[in-house]
Amino acid sequence: MSADPVAVSQGTAPATAPAAPLLAVLGLRTHFFTKAGVVKAVDDVSFTLAAGEVLGLVGESGSGKSMTGYSLMGLIDPPGRVVEGSIRLKGQELTTLPAEKMRALRGDRLAMIFQDPMMTLNPVLRIDHQMTEAILAHRDVGRAAALARAREALVRVGIASPDARLKAYPHQFSGGMRQRVAIAIALLNEPDVIIADEPTTALDVTIQGQILYEVQKLARETGTALIWITHDLSVIAGLADRIFVMYAGKIVEEGTTEDVIDHPAHPYTRGLLDSVPSRNPYGQRLKQIPGMTPSLIALPRGCAFRERCARADAMCEAMPETTAAPSGRAGHVMRCFHPLA
Amino acid sequence: MSVSNVSSSVVPGVRDVAAAAGAGAPPLIALERVSRRFVKSLDVATRIANTLGAKVREEIVHAVDGVDLAITAGEVVGLVGESGCGKSTLGRLAVGLLPLSSGARRWKGAPLDGLPPAKAREFQLKMQMIFQDPYASLNPRMRVVEIVGEAPVAHGLIRRRQQTEFVGLQLNRVGLDPTLMRRFPHQFSGGQRARIGIARALAVKPEFLVCDESVAALDVSIQAQVLNLFDDLRGALGLTYLFISHDLGVVQHISDRVVIMYLGRVVEEGPSREIFAAPNHPYTQALLAEVGKVEAKKRTFVPIKGEIPSPLAPPPGCHFHPRCPHAMPRCRVEVPPLDAIAPGRRSACWLNVTAA
Repeated sequence: MSADPVAVSQGTAPATAPAAPLLAVLGLRTHFFTKAGVVKAVDDVSFTLAAGEVLGLVGESGSGKSMTGYSLMGLIDPPGRVVEGSIRLKGQELTTLPAEKMRALRGDRLAMIFQDPMMTLNPVLRIDHQMTEAILAHRDVGRAAALARAREALVRVGIASPDARLKAYPHQFSGGMRQRVAIAIALLNEPDVIIADEPTTALDVTIQGQILYEVQKLARETGTALIWITHDLSVIAGLADRIFVMYAGKIVEEGTTEDVIDHPAHPYTRGLLDSVPSRNPYGQRLKQIPGMTPSLIALPRGCAFRERCARADAMCEAMPETTAAPSGRAGHVMRCFHPLA
Repeated sequence: MSVSNVSSSVVPGVRDVAAAAGAGAPPLIALERVSRRFVKSLDVATRIANTLGAKVREEIVHAVDGVDLAITAGEVVGLVGESGCGKSTLGRLAVGLLPLSSGARRWKGAPLDGLPPAKAREFQLKMQMIFQDPYASLNPRMRVVEIVGEAPVAHGLIRRRQQTEFVGLQLNRVGLDPTLMRRFPHQFSGGQRARIGIARALAVKPEFLVCDESVAALDVSIQAQVLNLFDDLRGALGLTYLFISHDLGVVQHISDRVVIMYLGRVVEEGPSREIFAAPNHPYTQALLAEVGKVEAKKRTFVPIKGEIPSPLAPPPGCHFHPRCPHAMPRCRVEVPPLDAIAPGRRSACWLNVTAA
C-alpha cells in the first residue's frame, strides 16, 4: 500500500522533497536504430517524482513524451533500446533488471493507461477474466478474492452495477466506460506509479471531465503518483502539480504548473500556450508557431527549436544546458539561451 | 408529439438569422426539418421468428431528427455536440453525402432535391467536405497531384494537361510546397495531410465547406496554423463554413454562430459570443463548464452525470432530462420546442417556457 499520508503531503511540495523520491530518472536516452539513422526519441531526460504527485508531460507528436513513458515501463521494442541513463523506483534500478523481474513489476508497481482503451482490453475476453488475470499474475490470492477486488476497483472508478459489468465484454461498453475499465485495471494492484498516455484524448468533453474527476480523486486518496502524458495544456493545467515540456526528445522546460503556465521561460512553451484557441479572442488570428516539429533523424545542430524560434541567433547553434529560469523559482528550469523574462 | 409545436417556431427563427445578416437574400444553404434515420432491417431468421410470435422490432436510429439550419453566405457556423449526437450526420446531409430521410435542402433559396443529375452535380461542386482523419481520408496509393487534381479534371473545370500547374497553385494556396506533389500521402506529416485535404476540397471552387473535426487530429501548434489558414481562405475566397467540432475552444475562436446538438436535435443556437457568455440550455451550460481553460489551476473537476444515452432508445420528452439538474415532470413527457429566446437565439428548454 502506498497510501502513506506523509508521502501524500510531500507530493504537494515536490521541490522541497529531495529525500528518496519515489521515482528518479537520470540522463535517460532511448534511441531507435533505423536504416535511415539513429532516432534519438528520448535524449537525456532527468526528473524525479514523489508519491501522490501528478506530473504533466506535455509535448507534440514526435516530442518523445510517449517514448519516455514506454521507457519507464520497459516497453521499448527493437530497433529501439534504452542506451543510457538510470530509472530508479524506490531505489531499485529498472534499466538493468532482467526481463522476468520487469514483467513482475509491470502491472504491479508500475501501470500504464493507453490512449485507446481497446488496445488495453482483449475484445474476446470478459471483463472479469481480464481483471482477475491481472491480480492473479501478481498476487497469491484465490479467484473469489481477486473477483471481489476487481469489483471494488470498478466501483472506485464510478462504474454503476459492477456485478453485471464484470460479466460483460469490452464491446458492450461505451468509449468512456472502457477507459474507466482500463483505469480500474491499472489500479488493481495499487501501483506506485501510473503512467497515463493521453487517456482522455479520444473521449468527449463531458466524459473527459468525469475521468479527470476520478483520476484526481484517486491520486489524492491512494497516494499513487501519476505521470500524465498529453498534448493538451488545458487538461494538464487543471490537474498537474508540475509540468514538463518536451521538444525533440528533451525536456525544454520544467517547473510547477503556475511557473510554466504563468511565467513560461522557453519560447516553445510560450508558443504552445499562445496556440490554444480559447486563449485567443474571437475574430483574431491565432498566434502560431511557424514550421513543424523537425524529424528526429535530421535535427538541427544545437537547440532543436531554433529554426521555428523568433529569438534564435548564432548562439543557439550550441545545445543549451538546463539552467534556472528567469522566474528564479526553485525547480523552474529550462534549456534556452534567450529565455522570456 | 409536439412536432407541430416545433415547426411553428422554426420559420421565424430561420428568418431571424437571415435578417440578422442584413442581406434579405435567402441563406446560402438551408436545411428544413431534415431527418436522417438509419434502419437495421430484419434478416430472414428474425422474420421467421416473428411469424412465430417473437415480436422482434426493426432497430431505428434517429441520427438527425427534424433539424432546421440556415447558413448565410460568409458565415462560420460551429456545430457542437458529443459523439453520437448526429453532428457528423447533419454535416453529411448538408453537403449531400447522405440522402435525407425527410425534409428539404435549399441552395440560395432553390430546392436541391429532385434535380436532374447534371444540375445536381453542378450544385454539388459548390459544397465540399473536409474530413476528420487526415490519414484515412487520403488514398494512400494516389499521389498528391492526383488526389487534388482528379476532381477538377473529372468535372471539366480544367484540362488534364493543365493539372500539374493547377495543383501547384492549389498547394501554394494552402501553404504546401508544390514540388512535393509527386509524393504519396504517407510521406507527409499530419498537418501537411490536413492541408492536402483542404486543397482537395478547394480544387473544385466550392462556396460552402463542411469541416468535420478537421483539426481534431492535429497538434496544438499545427492546429493553430490550420485554423489560421481556414480564416485566411474565408477572407480570400469568400467561403462559408459549417465547422463541426467537439472542441469548444476551437468553435469559440472560429465561429460567428454556434449550434448545439444533443441526440439528433438542436437544443440551442445563437451568436457565438452570446452563447459563450450566457448559455441558456442546461446542456450547453454543462458543456461549457467542461471547457478546459489553460488558466484554471488545480481545478476540481465536476462531472456531468451519466453519458449520452443510446440513440436506439432515446429518453422520451426532452432527450437531456435524465442528466439534467433542472428536470421537471413535463420534461419527461413533452419535447420542448426550439423557441426564440432573444433576437437570433433559440433554445429548446421548458424552463424558458415556464419562466415566460
